[in-house]
Amino acid sequence: MIAFLVRRLALVLPTLFFVSMLIFGLQQLLPGDPATALAGEDRDPAVIAYLRHKYHLDQPWPVRYVLWVKGVFHGDLGESIRIKRPVLDLVVEKLPVTGELALLALLVALAIGIPAGVLAAVKSDTPVDYGATMASLWGLSMPNFWLGILLILLFSVHLHLLPASGFVSPSESLARNLLTLVMPAFVLGNAIAAVMMRHTRSAMLQVLGSDYVRTARAKGLGEGRIILRHALRNALVPVVTLGALEFGQLLSGAVLTEQVFTIPGFGKLIVDAVFNRDYAVVQGVVLCTACAYILLNLLADIAYVAINPRLRA
Amino acid sequence: MTAEALIPAAEPAAEHVGERPWRRALHRLMRRPAAVAGLAVVLFFILLAVAAPLLAPYDPLTTSWAAVRKPPSALHWFGTDEIGRDVLSRIIYGSRASLLAGLVSVSLALAVGVPIGLVTGYVGGIVDGTVMRAIDAMLAIPFLILAIALAAFLGPSLGNAMLAIGISQTPIFARLTRGQVLSVKHEEYVEAARAVGNPHRRIVLRHIFPNVVPPILVQATLATAAAIIAEASLSFLGLGQQPPSPSWGSMLNTAKNFMSQAPWMALWPGLAIFALVLSLNLFGDGLRDALDPRRG
Repeated sequence: MIAFLVRRLALVLPTLFFVSMLIFGLQQLLPGDPATALAGEDRDPAVIAYLRHKYHLDQPWPVRYVLWVKGVFHGDLGESIRIKRPVLDLVVEKLPVTGELALLALLVALAIGIPAGVLAAVKSDTPVDYGATMASLWGLSMPNFWLGILLILLFSVHLHLLPASGFVSPSESLARNLLTLVMPAFVLGNAIAAVMMRHTRSAMLQVLGSDYVRTARAKGLGEGRIILRHALRNALVPVVTLGALEFGQLLSGAVLTEQVFTIPGFGKLIVDAVFNRDYAVVQGVVLCTACAYILLNLLADIAYVAINPRLRA
Repeated sequence: MTAEALIPAAEPAAEHVGERPWRRALHRLMRRPAAVAGLAVVLFFILLAVAAPLLAPYDPLTTSWAAVRKPPSALHWFGTDEIGRDVLSRIIYGSRASLLAGLVSVSLALAVGVPIGLVTGYVGGIVDGTVMRAIDAMLAIPFLILAIALAAFLGPSLGNAMLAIGISQTPIFARLTRGQVLSVKHEEYVEAARAVGNPHRRIVLRHIFPNVVPPILVQATLATAAAIIAEASLSFLGLGQQPPSPSWGSMLNTAKNFMSQAPWMALWPGLAIFALVLSLNLFGDGLRDALDPRRG
């Protein structure tokens, strides 16, 4: 296990190095002088000179890269040009909102994806299986921003059941907080549910054909007990770890979902930053997202090995 | 799909004995109604895009203040938008942006990702290790977030959106190709080609590459669907096709401001994206099954 951890960590460090290079490199894509671009509409030469000095744009890029990485290690992701606040503060402020939305979406995905996957595997090659497979294809093909618009049309515009947009903090009112997040969580969870359903179905089909399930059947155990106690428990191991890898899809989806439902989270932060040409915020959000993704991947791998004794050797 | 998928079926169906693998795959594909229906819908959209000037009833950019937000009627089958433009005509012309984004970005990802995967998988060692860490770094940034960041720094336009999507998809193809090369490079026919003194370039291009094409082809189909959604997403966020040029994503972006007054503005562009993406996914799934002999 320790050897595995060392090997796995050895892979993370170069990946983080390349992530930092990639994100630093984004700034080099700016057409023309980066200081002029960073200044946005404010073309005051004094501001441009200040930015050039502040971001060391008068230095060669390897020096700038080292200085930028040094800043990141000290928690300095730069400052928002528009909001005039440190990027890290903005990220920390928005993270709980997106975190709650992502968590609820994941619950929706698990609640739909796993039972549907089990059902499709148990009723393999029957209309139930075909129906579940078609439903998963539906989930994968549906643009989540369109689904969001359709749900707003139905539940907010026509039925007046749910708020169309906005966000209420759970500390303010938990009930209203959940009401504002019902539709966004469903929209975001829908596509993940489709992926979960496919993973669960294939893992269950593999487990249901294994010797120990055949043995359990031969011993006369009930089908329900075999599915839930013997098959599902083993099939869920790869599914749950794969769930961690869906984090990237959750964040990509959150950008659009937060835009449709006007939720002030991580996704809205990056989109607003793009339109405000607030490049430090864009870089900061991308860096935090990548680090979180790498960390979750690492944890998922460790959990997978920890749960599965055969992989520990 | 694994390497076994590339090896001809041990016991092919009696009626297809002696057929070339590609012809056999085509037969299997044609026996899958969902895949055929998917292909038919994709071809329908390609026809719409190519023949847009002939098929569109109105100019997609012409505004009419007398026809602002008119519901679907005999005159305007899909209704009109907030400045009186015909929604059907904009949907027809919008198919060009979507299909172009799918085609260009996936072609770019293939052109860069496949050679990287071929070389790293074949050469191995430190080259493979280094390039794969760079690929891991790109994969660590969620696809749409990377595309948004690239589009933000490159500037909002359909061309830059396609470039951003292509760059974001490149690591997927590099990873897939490398994996396939690793699984076939020690096959007997590759060893034999090496033993008779073939140069590395010939081994890779003539002996390895043709055998890794099927999974790449399947992934390209599914990646086209993902690219179409990504283009629509970027246009929805205002980072893709710029107004007044029609794009399904930007039409939805406008439509969300008129949901109670003109719901049809949101219905048709979304339905078009959904139909095209679903069709590509159906076709991709069918193609995967058809190219995998184990699936019959």
